[in-house]
Amino acid sequence: MISEKGNPRAASRSVVSALSKLSDEELESRRVAADRTVRDMGVSFTVYMDGSNIDRAWPFDLIPRVIGEAEWKRTEEGLKQRVKALNMFINDVYHDQQIFKDGVVPEDLLKDSKNFRPECVGINPPRGVWAHICGCDLVKDIDGKFYVLEDNLRVPSGVAYMLENREISKRVLPELFESIDILPVDDYPEKLFSMLASVSPRKVRQPEIVILTPGIFNSAYFEHAFLAQQLGVELVEGSDLLVADDDCVYMRTISGLERVDVIYRRIDDLFLDPEAFNPDSILGCAGLMRAWKAGNVALVNAPGAGVADDKVVYAYVPKMIEYYLGEKAILPNVETYLCDDPEQLEYVLANIEKLVVKPANESGGYGMLVGPHATEKEHNAFRKLVKENPRNYIAQPTLQLSTTPVITGPGQVEPRHLDLRPFVLQGKTTTVTTGGLTRVALTKGSLVVNSSQGGGSKDTWIVAQGGKKS
Amino acid sequence: MMLSRVAERVYWFARYLERVESMARLINVYTSLLFDLPKDTGISWHNLVVASGSHQEYERRFSVKDEKRVIKFLLEDTSNLSSLTSSLTMVRENIRTTRDILPAECWELVNEFQIFVNENMQQGINRRHRNEFLGDIIKTCQQINGLISDTMRRDDAWHFLVLGRSLETADMTLRTLEAGSRMSVDCFEHDSVHVTDAVWSSVLGTLNAIMPFRRTMKVSLNGEDSARFLLEDTLFPRAVAACLLDMRSSAGVLPGGMPVGKFLDQLIKKVEKGDHYDDVFEGLPAHLDELQRSLGGLNNVINDTWFTPS
Repeated sequence: MISEKGNPRAASRSVVSALSKLSDEELESRRVAADRTVRDMGVSFTVYMDGSNIDRAWPFDLIPRVIGEAEWKRTEEGLKQRVKALNMFINDVYHDQQIFKDGVVPEDLLKDSKNFRPECVGINPPRGVWAHICGCDLVKDIDGKFYVLEDNLRVPSGVAYMLENREISKRVLPELFESIDILPVDDYPEKLFSMLASVSPRKVRQPEIVILTPGIFNSAYFEHAFLAQQLGVELVEGSDLLVADDDCVYMRTISGLERVDVIYRRIDDLFLDPEAFNPDSILGCAGLMRAWKAGNVALVNAPGAGVADDKVVYAYVPKMIEYYLGEKAILPNVETYLCDDPEQLEYVLANIEKLVVKPANESGGYGMLVGPHATEKEHNAFRKLVKENPRNYIAQPTLQLSTTPVITGPGQVEPRHLDLRPFVLQGKTTTVTTGGLTRVALTKGSLVVNSSQGGGSKDTWIVAQGGKKS
Repeated sequence: MMLSRVAERVYWFARYLERVESMARLINVYTSLLFDLPKDTGISWHNLVVASGSHQEYERRFSVKDEKRVIKFLLEDTSNLSSLTSSLTMVRENIRTTRDILPAECWELVNEFQIFVNENMQQGINRRHRNEFLGDIIKTCQQINGLISDTMRRDDAWHFLVLGRSLETADMTLRTLEAGSRMSVDCFEHDSVHVTDAVWSSVLGTLNAIMPFRRTMKVSLNGEDSARFLLEDTLFPRAVAACLLDMRSSAGVLPGGMPVGKFLDQLIKKVEKGDHYDDVFEGLPAHLDELQRSLGGLNNVINDTWFTPS
């Protein structure tokens, strides 16, 4: 938003000038109003603490993040290209595995992949799409360019907060929406609904779509309920579903069993079906995999799609784009060192204090090391972890992450690091959200933006060229 | 099409919301009644605990029966499952899991409601602002119900709301009558028969029924006619017969509602048949007790018919 010289960047000029007209008192009263709105709207997320669940108000920062429309268009193209290639890769993994045979990606990758599902080999989901909903995390380096930090292809969350953030800022900063041309985000539920309907195996006019939630104790329950409401579909729990002898999925309703066509599942693969995976899980529904393999129900995202949600696989995405699409990657990766390569491992061990080390298959910012912010003891502990299981770790240089102004107290604004999670939908067509969910680190200097780790969020504004409404 | 689990939660959402309103009404009217009564009537704050149906829990925990203890127990005590705060928490929990069914603004109203009650509880406990605080609670319940009845399609979810709310309302009316008959007895025993009119007026007042009673019964206020009106009138929405008829028509619309409909028909007959309303020592309490048990039975039939998936 603000350049190194302290001047507003082109796209943000109108926003900065509008905000700077507000006095300290006025800004503070808007901030209080925003907090109030968050509470009244019941926007919350659930955290586990001391063995119990606490419903916390969603941490929202008033000052929007601004991105110019032209820059966004290019980013959008890059995301579409990336998700297309990722889907081709997943489909290849579960069929011919040509990319391995051609030596573009090393074959061992699958052997140790936690998210490769042998059960999925040979299956043809509708339209060849496995990852229908993808949340790609983007960061900006000091050079002002977007880099892809990771791809979330299992059950990416956060889109409800993106929509609620917009709702909050409309209520709190209405005059800015009058004078600045901010592109809308609220068509997402419509796009999500069309995408879900487009993958229904039964070609009926009104396919039965449901959202499958692990239940009220899940950290993203708020989002599950929100999306069900926006889409006008049933929010089901595992116990509401059953798979009958005909290998079709039904839900238990007040008038008996009703056939289900599309399940947008927010449960991890391994809890989906006790018959196929974890026999102790009560979250899913026995027989779901059977029904899916028989082609009687669509699972979104498809089981096994997480194979590409692996930070080692991530490192090969630019090569995949060239291999499958014959194009150069529009969005660069962050430079990544693979610890299972002896030469790269050696570099990582020698330079660990400069690097960010991440486990290949964790999410939510758990289990990672931020070298420059860690103690020598922690460096050594991680050296040991990496040496013991190199396949499970990657390392990246600590980026000079861009910052954004955040209100830290009455009349106080300080810079904080941030990232951006746009959501890409792929069904019959591919669409990208306008902007996405901006997350900010609330602790000074911290690079961790996850809400489960005390991060906050901002509304993301894609502002039309010139920024003013005509 | 509606999930059994969701139907059950919608039903309980309505029941708990009605409980919140009932509790506020009960305390409000009772507070003003006690100010009107002479000190020697034998009617005390503890009667309020009895009227709310939680006296066993109260007596297990407390020996003091003064105003402050009673009001705190009924308003804010979270270990009392029938306190207003507990009911409101259940309202929010049930709507939290059914937000996709009820009008969106409903969730926001319930959130604001819970925040308001938590932040202003002290006003309800101190006598000075109690009336205003409870009045705001009643208004908010009515606002939520108004929003629902103004914006919701008359679909299955709507009929489960009707079932839950009507059952709870009928139950509340029975409880209020029970409290009335109990207080009448206390009055007799303390030889203050002249205050029984004040008691029955508060019974009707709790249910906003004074004007409708006057216009319908066309007699001066008395126990026997109050009980008859609150049980048998088919047009006053808080009268037991009217609640049962509302439930009857919703049961008729819902899929597979036969067993519930049959049960309701029998119950309606029982109410229509009437009883010895003038016998506040035995006849009326026994009759009320039997009707209350029947409501429990009705809840079980509803549960078996729609909420327990086969």
